[in-house]
Amino acid sequence: MAEALTAGYGGPVSGPLSFTLARGEVVGLWGPNGSGKSTLLKSLVGGARIFSGTLYKANGLNLAFQDQRPVRREEMPFTGREYLHYAGADRESPPERLRSWLNRRIDELSGGQFQLLSVWAALGGHADLVLLDEPTNNLDPKSESLLIEILRAESKHRTVLLVSHEREFLRAACSRVLELKP
Amino acid sequence: MNPDALIDPLFQIPFLVGLILAAVLPLIGVLLRLRNEWLAALGLAHLAGASALAGLAFGIPAVAGGPMGAAAGALLKTFGRIQGNTIYAAMILVGWSTTLLLAANTTLGSSMGHALVEGQLYFAGTAQLVAASLLMLLTIALLPKLMPHLIRTEFFPGQGQANHRFAWRWHLGFDLLVAVGMAVGTGTVGLMGAFALVFLPPWLAFRTAPSWRGTLIIALVTGTLGYLIAFALALYFDQPFGPALVALLLIGMALVETARGRSI
Repeated sequence: MAEALTAGYGGPVSGPLSFTLARGEVVGLWGPNGSGKSTLLKSLVGGARIFSGTLYKANGLNLAFQDQRPVRREEMPFTGREYLHYAGADRESPPERLRSWLNRRIDELSGGQFQLLSVWAALGGHADLVLLDEPTNNLDPKSESLLIEILRAESKHRTVLLVSHEREFLRAACSRVLELKP
Repeated sequence: MNPDALIDPLFQIPFLVGLILAAVLPLIGVLLRLRNEWLAALGLAHLAGASALAGLAFGIPAVAGGPMGAAAGALLKTFGRIQGNTIYAAMILVGWSTTLLLAANTTLGSSMGHALVEGQLYFAGTAQLVAASLLMLLTIALLPKLMPHLIRTEFFPGQGQANHRFAWRWHLGFDLLVAVGMAVGTGTVGLMGAFALVFLPPWLAFRTAPSWRGTLIIALVTGTLGYLIAFALALYFDQPFGPALVALLLIGMALVETARGRSI
């Protein structure tokens, strides 16, 4: 639960925003460019400073965080399977579409394929709360539909808070959407 | 040419010491490359060389003096909060300057300085064998534990922070392992020989392996195979071991890349 939370780096750039996340919800965070959506998300994992307000986390809450730009190097000699293994995404086997990439080196995957894999790296683990920052980056419409399916299925297991600038995607994927004012 | 040297018992301990290092250093190098820190190895090797020479001035054996300097460098790297290549460049310059000044001003330092640069594998004795064996045991004990944490920190940096898992102890553990590895390596196969073993096999493995497991295997096999051939050729043709090893690994890499139709 967050109460009048403002977050930023040198100074506040987002909020104040109050919200409560319940188990099993997929909550979207929307706002125009510069409203500080990603900053607010990062403040929940200690990647940005909280300037005012209060953040309450349940005891023992385990978080997974997928950055807006997942780490991708020119040379990454890991198969998709190894990548998910080291991410701890071993709760269940990944969706059908991702399975054909599991034995390929991840530096040979397209941007969209890698994006979906990295989203599953966050979702496929044992975290209670999964934070996704712009998970639709690099995704074509077909992959976006798949992501929506995955998120709907995941809501049974955990809580998801995701940031996106795509209103249509948020409407389709989330149980509710929070709006950040610039 | 000296074919008898290949079966001379005198070279059995040096052969074993080199074999251990040729298997261990490429594995450490794979993680250094993953962390984009291969330059750190060169920095630590220079510090190890300098501190080995400085230690001799105080009566400390090179096999103990080298690790002390390299470990100090590793601690500085972890806790010094100096970002990126700056700290490694500083280590290289401090090590180079100290080594050459000590070598120029002491008799023992002069011969040891040459040995560190060229590699003194053929003079390795029981002390070096013990040091290399300890390094191997340390690597076998630590690497499987450190590797998952180091990979997670590299690819999923937000995860540890999100769950308040502080990664510094994994970094420090690995930095110290690298320091010991580079110190033992520099004292036996020479500064550039040790650096080549942590740099070249992982470079080839990262480009050719189908998986992470394959990367570790290719690096280990390349390092070991390169070493075996270099050891035999250097003895047979009476050549300095360090440069022979580096030349052989480079030629091997060029051949593999040519066969794959790529440019390095």
